Amino acid sequence: MDRRTFLKTTAAAVGGAGLGLAPMRSAFAQTAPIKIGLLAPLTGVIAAGGKEVVEGFQMYWQEVNGEIAGRKVEVIVEDDASNPDTALQKARRLVEQSKVDFLVGNILANTGLAVANYVKGTGTPYFIPVIAADDLTQRQRIPHVIRIAGYSASQNSRPFADWAFKQGYRKVATISQDYTFGHEQCGGFAQTFTELGGTIVQQFWHPLNTSDFSPYLGQLAGLGVDAVFAMETGADATRFAKQFASFGLKGKLPILAAQNMTDQSVIRTLGPEAEGLVSAAHFCEGAQEPATVKFVNDYEKKFGILPSIYGFSHYSGAMWLAESIKKIGGKIEDRDLFLKTVRELELTGSPLGKAVKLDQYGNPIYDIYIRKVEKRADGKLWNVPVTTYPGVSQFWKYDPETYMKQPAYSRDFQGIKKG
Amino acid sequence: MSTLLSSAARTASPRSALGLLVAIIAVMALMPTFLPTYHVSVLTQILIFGVFAMSIDILAGYAGRTSLGHGAIFGTATYVVLYTVTQYGLPLWAAIIISVLAATVLAAIFAALAIRTTGVYFLLLTLALGMIVWGICLRWSVVTGGENGIRGDIRPVEIGDALSFYYVTLVCTVVLTFAMWRFIRSPFGLTLSGIRDSAGRMRSLGYDVSLHLFLGFVMSGFFAGLAGALYALFNNFVSPSTVALTQSVTGLLMAIVGGVGTLFGALIGSFVMITLENFVSYYTQRWPTVLGLVFIFTMIFAPAGVLGTIRALRSRRRG
Repeated sequence: MDRRTFLKTTAAAVGGAGLGLAPMRSAFAQTAPIKIGLLAPLTGVIAAGGKEVVEGFQMYWQEVNGEIAGRKVEVIVEDDASNPDTALQKARRLVEQSKVDFLVGNILANTGLAVANYVKGTGTPYFIPVIAADDLTQRQRIPHVIRIAGYSASQNSRPFADWAFKQGYRKVATISQDYTFGHEQCGGFAQTFTELGGTIVQQFWHPLNTSDFSPYLGQLAGLGVDAVFAMETGADATRFAKQFASFGLKGKLPILAAQNMTDQSVIRTLGPEAEGLVSAAHFCEGAQEPATVKFVNDYEKKFGILPSIYGFSHYSGAMWLAESIKKIGGKIEDRDLFLKTVRELELTGSPLGKAVKLDQYGNPIYDIYIRKVEKRADGKLWNVPVTTYPGVSQFWKYDPETYMKQPAYSRDFQGIKKG
Repeated sequence: MSTLLSSAARTASPRSALGLLVAIIAVMALMPTFLPTYHVSVLTQILIFGVFAMSIDILAGYAGRTSLGHGAIFGTATYVVLYTVTQYGLPLWAAIIISVLAATVLAAIFAALAIRTTGVYFLLLTLALGMIVWGICLRWSVVTGGENGIRGDIRPVEIGDALSFYYVTLVCTVVLTFAMWRFIRSPFGLTLSGIRDSAGRMRSLGYDVSLHLFLGFVMSGFFAGLAGALYALFNNFVSPSTVALTQSVTGLLMAIVGGVGTLFGALIGSFVMITLENFVSYYTQRWPTVLGLVFIFTMIFAPAGVLGTIRALRSRRRG
């Protein structure tokens, strides 16, 4: 559904309800609709994910009939074209022309960082349910940029390293896309794993959109490692899983997958080569929590696919915002109060089925699932829980201030403990 | 076609052109009084990209060498401004000088490698050189920040708001446009046109064709660098997409839509493209398709671009 049809349906749905309440409202500001600017990559490299961002976000507002705390909600969608320059331009348009109350969205870290840098100057609240760049809630945090319903890149890799160590793996190699999101996920894994006493034998970094993995697969097979930590997204993830299987490595060399690699957006298109992949994530579409089951069923009924991280995060993000707005009686014009409420909210109704709240740096604390790709009764692949690590923050077991003194993860700094 | 264009350019009377120019500048200066903030920032972007597209037109239109590496030269200046200010805390003016210098040196390297080729070989060589810069920006993450780029509030507070920055950009654009116009009208600039029309004849007349092309390329890179430095101030941010091929292509398309070999056409092209992009994307997600169609129709019905077609029509009416 595009923006205009959504606006129409929202207006229609809300019109009737709004009319009855109108005479009771006093201040104009509080009767005017709440305007939300949603930035999503509807064109460019990650357009498929962008579509699910919009679907997930709007699904929530439709469920509440486009109204919260007696105020209409108007969602204005802009295409960031998967490009930071465009994202910046569209953020400007939403803030300066459409006069939105706050911004939500973006998928790619570089688009999110560009927008975050812009709102630093305008003070517009900006919520990032998908952007995982560690530093946005760590070393370079901006008070009004909050990662509701999202996760920071290295957060989930740490309990995963702990789990891997407990499986008896001692020697692990990593392979990852060569960009910050990859560096951070690998860094989280490498640091925790080596601090437990494991060894990172070698790390491979390949460019985005690698079509042929054979040079890497050949080397991985010859290293004699216990397992491989693989951080791949999108088409790279699909190609890696397929080529790994066709090289005959599947079943011989266990893969520890970063969560994007077994996200619905990837495994939806895969067959047996994805079955059995293990990953760590806060969301697990095959979990048996009643709230998760309900969300997954509703989503599947509506869009014909199982929800990916993009749809889930923006649905939960919308709920987070709605609950906060409800709490302050719709007085969103009081920015400080609104941000404080968002930061302090404990979200209980999300599809995770467990209460979620933010740490004091604006990043959620989750129960992290170790999950495994399995075939559902109808043949569709999905992630089911293996075990859970409760209450994992972006800082794992470290003291936040000490932790933030170490440099941000990069290709050159992976936090690997020597000896 | 190019000879036709330059003859059309010569027949346009300088006085009426000057009057028109003053009128346009006056309109541009008054525009923000009618427009909301967002549109002012769009206008600023139009001007910056206009300068960028004009720098490409110096080569494409006057020297007959179509470059696909100018995005990299433009973006290098943007990177250098952000890097030197955020990493070394250089004062802005110093950062801008260094960045334009860096862009000019890069242009000199490009020129030294590419200048002996013409046509499609020149296109491919500049494309490859531009891709190298893009690759470096993407992979040398310690310096460039990789995919995420570099951020920093480098624009001084005095010109921090959209309006005052617009006026700064406008003044820069007017000065740079005049400089570029003088450059192509100078005896040196005319030798570039001569080389475009017949390199062999220029050589037999005793001109050092390679040297002239080299200097032409370097000057063009210098102007692209200035546009890139302005862009750094405009966005306070840079990422590899600023040096990517699409950046070069965008600049070239602007020059083509406005009219290759008309210089000012590039400003019109920038205006048309950025306005269209902003306007169309407001109504449909399929805005890249609409832009694509506009290019196709321009190529079919007005291959000389907006300004080129206007000039051709005028000279036909006179003749």
